[in-house]
Amino acid sequence: MNNPQQSLEDLQHIKKMMERSSRFISLSGLSGVAAGTCALVGAWFASQKINCWVKGDCQLSRIIDTGGRQLMNELFWIATLTFVAAFVLAFLFTFLRSKKTGVPLWGGTTVRLFWNTMVPLAVGAIFLFRMLQLQQYDLIAPGCLIFYGLALINGSKYTLGEIKYLGYGMLLLGIVNLWYVGYGLHFWAMGFGVLHIVYGAVMWSKYERKASEKKQL
Amino acid sequence: MSLIENLNKIFDSRIRLGIMSALMVNAEISFNELKDILQITDGNLASHLKTLEESGYIKFQKGFVGRKTNTTYSVTKAGEKAFKTHLAALEKMIGNMK
Repeated sequence: MNNPQQSLEDLQHIKKMMERSSRFISLSGLSGVAAGTCALVGAWFASQKINCWVKGDCQLSRIIDTGGRQLMNELFWIATLTFVAAFVLAFLFTFLRSKKTGVPLWGGTTVRLFWNTMVPLAVGAIFLFRMLQLQQYDLIAPGCLIFYGLALINGSKYTLGEIKYLGYGMLLLGIVNLWYVGYGLHFWAMGFGVLHIVYGAVMWSKYERKASEKKQL
Repeated sequence: MSLIENLNKIFDSRIRLGIMSALMVNAEISFNELKDILQITDGNLASHLKTLEESGYIKFQKGFVGRKTNTTYSVTKAGEKAFKTHLAALEKMIGNMK
């Protein structure tokens, strides 16, 4: 009753069950695309603000507020809005995918992925917050990229493994950025925007497009 | 044939094979999580878990989450060995195909 074909199917089943029970597989590529798009839009708004400040187009407010406190405030709100929008959209696409694959969103694998990405991210957030407090703005963008890259690499063991390449990309950009401190926003947009979109598109075409085509056949 | 003998009858069922696979890569899994992973009913899962437990391949531990009972399962030494033997046998079967 056991033939090679059945053995092969058994092995595939074993592999599938091992992955399903140990990795968070619902992470959608579209989440990456959405988060990347938000990052690009946010970076564009931020660059508009900074440009107008540097060129002196917003003269009135500049005379009143010489320390750039208002600019900092506005940039802070742009960053917060960008993060919230990216997070909500990323969550939405992954939620939809988990409905499709039938794997519940909240399980042991989610908790493990969450902790393993949250630890480097939280440490990074504290570090960068302190740098802002000390008005050390030069290394904020590379700091974001490096801590986020480390978080992704750490989390890659608990979700689709390819995410570690996204992490390496972030690290590389962050490290190069350390020597080009004036271009933080460009590197930031490149990493959080372009890399996210490229990664998301590749993952979507690798895992999700095929799956939806199969269903149609 | 010795080859067929190495294939474990207990693992003939896809569900039992799935339970073992999941337990091999996790220190312990709760009943409810197993149900989610395998997507089967309570009764079905319970009967397969019983078979595996009676063979001495898995062990369980009863605990509480709040007031609810929470049973977690893990693989035994014997189970690990049996699973690895079964895997090797499956691989050999495929090797013979070429």
